[in-house]
Amino acid sequence: MTHSIRLTVNGKRFEQVVEPRMTLADFLRETLDLTGTHLGCEHGVCGACTVLVDGRSVRGCLMYAVQADGSSVVTVEGLAERCPLNGPAVLRGETGLSVLQESFREHHALQCGFCTAGLLTTAHALLEETPDPTPDEVRHAISGNLCRCTGYVPIVEAILDAARRLREGPTA
Amino acid sequence: MNATASVPGQHGATAGGPQVGRALPRTEDVRFLTGRATFVDDLKRPGQLHAVVVRSPHAHARILGIDATRALALPGVVAVYTWGDIASIAQPIPIRLAPLEGFERYLQYPLAKDRVRHVGEPVALVVADDRYVAEDALDLVDVEYDTEPPVTDVHQAEADGTLVHPDAGSNIAARYTVSRGDPDGGFSRAPYRRRETFRCHRQAALPMETRGLLAEFDAMQRVLRIWGAAKVTFFNRRWLAKVFSMEESAVELLELDVGGSFGVRGELYPEDFLVPFAALSLGRPVKWIEDRREHLLATNHSREIECTLEIACEADGRFIGLRGRVLGDLGAYVRTNGGVVPAKAAQFMPGPYRMPDCEFEVLALMTNKTPVGTYRGPGRYEANFFRERLIDLAAADLGMDPAQIRRINLIGPDEMPFPSGQLCPYEPAIEFDTGDYPMAFERALAETGYGEMLKAGNVAADGRLLGVGLACFVESSGAGPSETGRIKARPDGGIDLFTACSASGQGHETVMAQIVADVLERPVEAFTLHHGSTTLVEFGYGTYHSRAVVVGGSALHRAGEKLLAQGRAWCAQHHGIEPSMIDYRAGRFLRRADPPAAGGEPAPLHPGTFAEIAALADAGDTSAAAAIEAVAVFEVKKRTYTYGTHVAQVAVDPETAEVELLRFLAIEDIGRAVNPLLVHGQAIGAAVQGIGATFLDELVYDDSGQLVTGTLADYLVATATGFPNIEVITLEAHPSKLNPLGVKGAGEGGIVATGAALGNAVAAALAGLGVKITDLPLSPERLARAMREARTRAGAN
Repeated sequence: MTHSIRLTVNGKRFEQVVEPRMTLADFLRETLDLTGTHLGCEHGVCGACTVLVDGRSVRGCLMYAVQADGSSVVTVEGLAERCPLNGPAVLRGETGLSVLQESFREHHALQCGFCTAGLLTTAHALLEETPDPTPDEVRHAISGNLCRCTGYVPIVEAILDAARRLREGPTA
Repeated sequence: MNATASVPGQHGATAGGPQVGRALPRTEDVRFLTGRATFVDDLKRPGQLHAVVVRSPHAHARILGIDATRALALPGVVAVYTWGDIASIAQPIPIRLAPLEGFERYLQYPLAKDRVRHVGEPVALVVADDRYVAEDALDLVDVEYDTEPPVTDVHQAEADGTLVHPDAGSNIAARYTVSRGDPDGGFSRAPYRRRETFRCHRQAALPMETRGLLAEFDAMQRVLRIWGAAKVTFFNRRWLAKVFSMEESAVELLELDVGGSFGVRGELYPEDFLVPFAALSLGRPVKWIEDRREHLLATNHSREIECTLEIACEADGRFIGLRGRVLGDLGAYVRTNGGVVPAKAAQFMPGPYRMPDCEFEVLALMTNKTPVGTYRGPGRYEANFFRERLIDLAAADLGMDPAQIRRINLIGPDEMPFPSGQLCPYEPAIEFDTGDYPMAFERALAETGYGEMLKAGNVAADGRLLGVGLACFVESSGAGPSETGRIKARPDGGIDLFTACSASGQGHETVMAQIVADVLERPVEAFTLHHGSTTLVEFGYGTYHSRAVVVGGSALHRAGEKLLAQGRAWCAQHHGIEPSMIDYRAGRFLRRADPPAAGGEPAPLHPGTFAEIAALADAGDTSAAAAIEAVAVFEVKKRTYTYGTHVAQVAVDPETAEVELLRFLAIEDIGRAVNPLLVHGQAIGAAVQGIGATFLDELVYDDSGQLVTGTLADYLVATATGFPNIEVITLEAHPSKLNPLGVKGAGEGGIVATGAALGNAVAAALAGLGVKITDLPLSPERLARAMREARTRAGAN
């Protein structure tokens, strides 16, 4: 038994036939070849597979692809281009990174990089809702994303710094 | 560098001056931030199949039969392999490190033959068209077991009542005693002695990416390629080539991006044989990606040690010695890391102190649990906890401040190099090379305001119990035997660097470029590091024991110097100048003014850059071709030792036993920081990993040998809300004299004394209640129980 689903991923429209048991994360990775979304536990704890579905952060391993029918999905691959928080081009630098991504780089908020996609999407959802978060709010927002390399300290700093730069705008 | 914050705003990689010592953001980062990195599960090969492993549900059982009929009948299933299929070529998993006598009786074959010895042991391999189907087929492989009683702790193991390996005749896989000084004499004359039994819990390193492999036989080139390799690729290649009866050059291990290792990834596991075996048998690419439950059952565990330790002191608190008994739980099989974990616990037991008379008996014991291997700071985390906890107990007995008893016993700078004796049976005697241990200790006390923290008393305004804990450590790095570095210049101005040091998030691509940038006076952007393949250099030993920058970086540094000498010699020959009359500045060779007293500026030579020489090489000039490539080997004669102190302050809720970490400082002297931003990341990441492990992580087995913490909902690790107050200070006070860079390893000092400092802090907080801390983890549940028991005892008195 299969289902036909239509959805938008990183601004592109897709129509695909999927098995009902296929997870959204596997659909993105295996069917659409968007392998930037990673699977760290496949039981909803580690947060590595977090993607944005209609603007909200969602565990790609806990949602079936068929449940995303009609949705708009943004993955890490789409953050730099699609991100409304991207900021004006003047803030973007030569790397083509979003403000948030650039801030992760400057603060060394990633080492092995496996959890990074989930942290970026989670932080992205946070900053859309809360443009001026406190350190505690940042820590709580990412408390469902495990990182084994960084100790979280530089990730929190990167998110706070990105929030500041986005609030201050291009004159920063 | 004092870094509670990272070090932003210092980039601009092309800036002049030395590149070593600059806090450069990583060249690696962009691919991870944009989702374009390639981890092994991101790779797809045409016609690829998926493998899953049928694992034992029992801790100890005999296999009576395996019937794969139902699995093979499922559409999409291609093959099911069991012992019978691999028996003709299978070899036991080899011991790479710490081969203790007797270990050869406890080795593991890639699939169980007639007996399973831990939950999760591979019994069969199922290969199917896709992973969903392969997992469906797992339940259709019918294995008949006859269960036997399991051995689940070291005391049961030592008693030898039930045998994990009946043929071996004992659960004691190895037993030895090491000593230095005169332990019998020292202890018999000592005015003060104290003995305690300590336990360190079983932990998982838990990299965020689980293990995974993709194997494919290239029929055109007749090469077996295995993607997903890590850590020790050349060692694994040698073994696999032998087992598959192939030339080493016909087996390529390729690394890709690697989602963390911390010691456990990249060792030779059963799957490292099974996946290429299936690919060779089927003539199709086969991928296997470990799921998280498998990871917790099948990837090496670590740390589980019980230690009875006795200290002897003079009446004034000067240490005389330590003696003890180390019981290491190695799990069901001796695998690649041999006896490293208990052996290193014994070797590092005396720590950074004058401790003349020592003796340790070490037992490596088999149990029906997952095999044990190395995890960041193997044996050190455990030994530091045992020793530092005992020092605090002794200090209390002697009426001394914990800082004072350490102060009078730390090895002084005038005692360097300090001989630490031969406390490891498979290694020569060691010596701590350089350092000022008291300086780092006093700096830690000053930075944290140790005296002020003590003055705050034991009870906070909100009623919580306060405690401060100290722990000192010495840590080895830069293990041998050697590493090879290769450098080759390109006509486009780029310079390729080649290393056998594998990467798993450390930032080698940036750091190695910084190292060679200073030698060749070129911007770091000119360099591309090639790593992660057995095709790049002749041989290498890989990445472990904090050795990649120390050994691999030194090899590339040497190769850079060699390239420079070759370039100078080539220019001398080509331009007909004495080599002594050639300068090198900012990437170009110049003709020195002659005579120099004339004051003329050196004249640029054309051709006079490596790009120009490489262009001639491209055009067929063989002498130019020989000049643009250099290979150098850096051999390690002695390891180099970092040192430092951890300080923790905690507040414990007297009702709930919840511990808040108010303050944590890790200070370590690593000799020289090639990239302070990355070193800071290593230190803070290691500290939080160890702090989380001390409070949360615990692999718990029940009496039947079932792992009851088999998901991340049960096996808890540090999250972002847990430990916000972390400070690290990296010192560059005493560079190593054992390598040209002056570096010491930076990856493990942040973790090795976390259990010790936290144990002492919590013990100090709860001392008034009569709670004695001898066991890790310091989980709320364990602490609450200890507090209840202490109150009951107090009430009874």
